[in-house]
Amino acid sequence: MTTAQRPVAEGLFTWPATESAPPRLIASECADCGLVSFPSAADCVRCASRESKERLLSDRGTLWTYTTQGFRPPSPPYDGPAAFEPYTVGYVELPGELLVEARLTEPDPDRLRIGQDMRLTLVPYTVQDDGTEVMTFAFAPAEEETS
Amino acid sequence: MTEAVIIGVGLHPFGRFAGKPALDMGADAVRLALADAGVTWPQIQGGYVGSYEVANPDAIVGRLGLTGVPLRGVFNGCATAGTAVALAARAIETGEHDLTVAIGMDKHPRGAFAADPSVAGIPAWYGQTGMFLTTHFFGMKINRYMHDHGISHETLARVASKNFGNAAGNDKAWRRTPLTPEEILASPVLNHPLRQFMYCGPNEGAAALVLCRADQAHKYTSTPVRVRATALRSRRLGAFEVQSPSFPVGELVESPTVDASRAAYELAGIGPEDVDVAQLQDTDAGSEVIHMAENGLCKDGEQERLIAEGATTIGGRLPVNTDGGLLGNGEPIGASGLRQIHEIVLQLRGTAGNRQISGTPRVGYTHLYGAPGVSAVTILST
Repeated sequence: MTTAQRPVAEGLFTWPATESAPPRLIASECADCGLVSFPSAADCVRCASRESKERLLSDRGTLWTYTTQGFRPPSPPYDGPAAFEPYTVGYVELPGELLVEARLTEPDPDRLRIGQDMRLTLVPYTVQDDGTEVMTFAFAPAEEETS
Repeated sequence: MTEAVIIGVGLHPFGRFAGKPALDMGADAVRLALADAGVTWPQIQGGYVGSYEVANPDAIVGRLGLTGVPLRGVFNGCATAGTAVALAARAIETGEHDLTVAIGMDKHPRGAFAADPSVAGIPAWYGQTGMFLTTHFFGMKINRYMHDHGISHETLARVASKNFGNAAGNDKAWRRTPLTPEEILASPVLNHPLRQFMYCGPNEGAAALVLCRADQAHKYTSTPVRVRATALRSRRLGAFEVQSPSFPVGELVESPTVDASRAAYELAGIGPEDVDVAQLQDTDAGSEVIHMAENGLCKDGEQERLIAEGATTIGGRLPVNTDGGLLGNGEPIGASGLRQIHEIVLQLRGTAGNRQISGTPRVGYTHLYGAPGVSAVTILST
């Protein structure tokens, strides 16, 4: 049985992701000064240029900081499941690119530490009434791969 | 240029006031400030009024008197009240008016602020996936700061305990039940490492100031408080700020608080070593710790020792948030910075009662920080 999935937004990450083409975040790079922006932005906030090109971000980085979400966020705008499970969020530093804020797959703050290696993945953060899983990007501790 | 001085302050209690509109709270605060200054509403020549929730706060003239006074609504995120007082002072400094008001009021619903991310120029997915919460930023900022500068969980608890303790001595504060550091550390974690009793809450309240030209102050008061500097800065590229889906790597720059603080000290010709009492934005206990350093009042990491020694208590050498701060008072956004100034004025007049700091304080400092990365500082003196 396959479960229908869709991305939370178009143009946020490559879709669909496969084993041979793992997901990547879609950023923009200023054609004039090279500033990398995520999500992709038409206007450069450093040099005010309006010329940019698409750039796929590195899917590896290190955890710069993190926190937990211990209560269900106000809805709207949050559209996660009514049965709330605490989650974690953090900033992951993608070397030479930027620091990106994302959900983290590890919900236990005691198992996270600043500086640890992280890799990009996609997670279903909610399920629609028709059973469709809505996917968003998240970072997972990279050592999970070998376990 | 003429200098602006504060000659009257008025504060409506902060808390929950079912059935009382924000405009009525604002009008009460203005009447208190007018009485404190010994002037009447028709004498006021202009002013600025700030609010987040009230669409046209200038409608307050319908409760105070339809005198035709130019009253301008302002909104500048969490720096709204700082903007109102800055502009009211500027109108005097430039000679536009001799007697002005700065007013702030708000009436927020219960719970964390909720809004459509588009109001902050942020895409919908950021809110849908549970990242559009200002509390995340505060948790993540202090988590990184504790890692870098050796701040302990106990220090966060001591800050919250101090502010609730100060609020207990303030009959206009909202959270007046003292809590021990142990009780605070036993409350649930909301956003690691911040716990329930380490956060302020949105609520309701109002505050107002009356300002006049320094050379006319003798007509109204023997204890004018001088507005030595007002400064406001927004975030720069590379600063780690609230509601940022990303920020550039390798370009980390200082927060707008550092920028506004430096500008204010320079304008005032006053240094951090001269500050006798400070009111810092304590959205959470971690914010107060970080803001001590960002406002130049100590070095990064020194807070651990200073707070353990009690330096920031009412009896310490650098009292911070003597009225209970945001933790004790809550945050009606439009009024928050004027509530801070109200407390500093009482302290500099020597009339803060059981909260009065010792000695003869001459310099007071106030600071706001919030979304979308904006900070406002005022420096006041006798």
